[in-house]
Amino acid sequence: MSGSDIVVLVKPTPDTTKVRFDVETGRVDRGSAELEINPFDLYALELAVRLRESLGGRIVALAMAPPHAEKALRDAIARGADRAILLSDSKFAGADTLATSYTLATAIRKLGSFRLILCGEKSVDGDTGQVGPEVAEHLSVPHAAFVQGVVDFGDESITVEADFGAGYYLVRLKYPALLSVSRPLAFKGERLEPRIPKLSDLMRARKATVEVWQAGDLKGVDHSRIGWAGSPTRVVKASYALEKGRNPVVFKSIDDAAEAVIELLKRKNLL
Amino acid sequence: MGYGVLTYVENVDGKLNPASLELLSKAGEIVRARGGKVYSVLVAASENPQEFRELAACGVDVLLVYKVGEDRLCDYLLHAEALAHAIRRVNPALVLVSATPWGRSFAPRVAARLGLGLTADCLDVYVDEAGDIVQVRPAFTGNLIAHIKTVTSPAMATVRPGVFAKPTPDYSRRLEAVVLEELPVHPSGLEVLGPSRRKSVSLSEASVVVAVGRGMRKKEDISLFMELAKMLGGEYAVSKPLVDAGWFEKERQVGFSGNIVKPKVYLAFGITGAPQHIAGMKDSECVVAVNMDPSAPIAKYSDIFVVGDMYEVARRLLERLKVFKS
Repeated sequence: MSGSDIVVLVKPTPDTTKVRFDVETGRVDRGSAELEINPFDLYALELAVRLRESLGGRIVALAMAPPHAEKALRDAIARGADRAILLSDSKFAGADTLATSYTLATAIRKLGSFRLILCGEKSVDGDTGQVGPEVAEHLSVPHAAFVQGVVDFGDESITVEADFGAGYYLVRLKYPALLSVSRPLAFKGERLEPRIPKLSDLMRARKATVEVWQAGDLKGVDHSRIGWAGSPTRVVKASYALEKGRNPVVFKSIDDAAEAVIELLKRKNLL
Repeated sequence: MGYGVLTYVENVDGKLNPASLELLSKAGEIVRARGGKVYSVLVAASENPQEFRELAACGVDVLLVYKVGEDRLCDYLLHAEALAHAIRRVNPALVLVSATPWGRSFAPRVAARLGLGLTADCLDVYVDEAGDIVQVRPAFTGNLIAHIKTVTSPAMATVRPGVFAKPTPDYSRRLEAVVLEELPVHPSGLEVLGPSRRKSVSLSEASVVVAVGRGMRKKEDISLFMELAKMLGGEYAVSKPLVDAGWFEKERQVGFSGNIVKPKVYLAFGITGAPQHIAGMKDSECVVAVNMDPSAPIAKYSDIFVVGDMYEVARRLLERLKVFKS
């Protein structure tokens, strides 16, 4: 790994529209849907490919997931990654954002120097958005989160537009740095969309090697800081939220519907 | 074990974010249940007596003010520095930060630095029978609600804006103490150059949201729904496909990857109700949905469901409203 490389953190996630839940206990049946790259991370990967075109370097896709996530990492190769590493070990299991970010940061340290770390603003399953900034903190590099677009970049720094909530701000970061990106994502005024791999990309990805690193491969890793043991947040109870639907009054007559809506607005003191 | 609750006061641009005051309702509640004081952290360029008064009225006992130069006020790495310093100093039982993009960007750094658990985007925080702090948050695109305990102390959470009401201010309250702190300023590799674009709208604050989805045939048709929204004193919004198509800005988008809204009335026109959309509007007080397809998933999340053409229904509604208002 060299100082011009780009690490893309990809999270293999189940398709949240297909995954099954136990309605009673709120348990997730993670085997019920195949793992694919978190949609937000696809934008990070696409951005990495575009930056590589100008800045050079290699793209390393890095994930921490169960062994069957290998396919998602192959997909990262098909979409432009030069190298794919899967951190997979039962010792990593049960990790929350603190343990995950520590593990990822330890793996990045093992890789050596880098120019940028890119990831999606959050994942569709965990939905915390915390792992990116936490990785940046572990590695003592600056970060920008909720990045709406890359405005400019050079050999020393990159300027991005980030959502601060109160408004959008321009932020310049010196390399090495971490960016967690939103979608839609702009690249010098152009709108980026994740590419669809070509047949030749898929063929190349099929033949490529996905490196699997276990806890023992991470030199100096503190075992008390990984997996469940290293995770201070514990889910004590979970429930299924969406079944709690409403009971609609259905209208087919537009006149009746309009009356009902007016009544509702009056009741809510909106008229 | 820590004692009391520490909240972070957000003031990007020098303006106090109302969401920061909402945190104080919860902080007060937890302190009443478990004891201790309400501490708040403020990073500011100058001391603003009016702001201090507002914070005191909303329940702050002790205010820690970190003074930084005007030019570094938007450097969130400094805010992380300040919050980490305050946590070490106060040693509270709980730390609350608003789950705004700003809060969600820097709070994780503080958690990582101090080796603390952080629970994201909470919908509630409560004290259970055992006296433990429990955090409640959605996961899996809003499909799951998880109750979480933290084994490190303090527990740390970001809280979704709008879930707690702002406390009723009591202007007879005074701050017990204002503690002024200085931060060692060292280069962070980061430079905030300044604002680039204002946001045209803040959907999360609208009391009525008129949202349109893929049922809308062309971009220009939005004028009808804009008029309806205006008539109702609300805002218009769109679903993700219309933003993906490049028709609208993301700040108009309702959904998991856009804005989470909780208006009094949410009117959905031509929106099927993909899970990613439902995650953004299901906590609305009342939902009215209009769709040609009687089996559209959004029906299940509606109080009034109209099977019909979105344009016809919107036009009829407008007519009726005009009559009503005249």
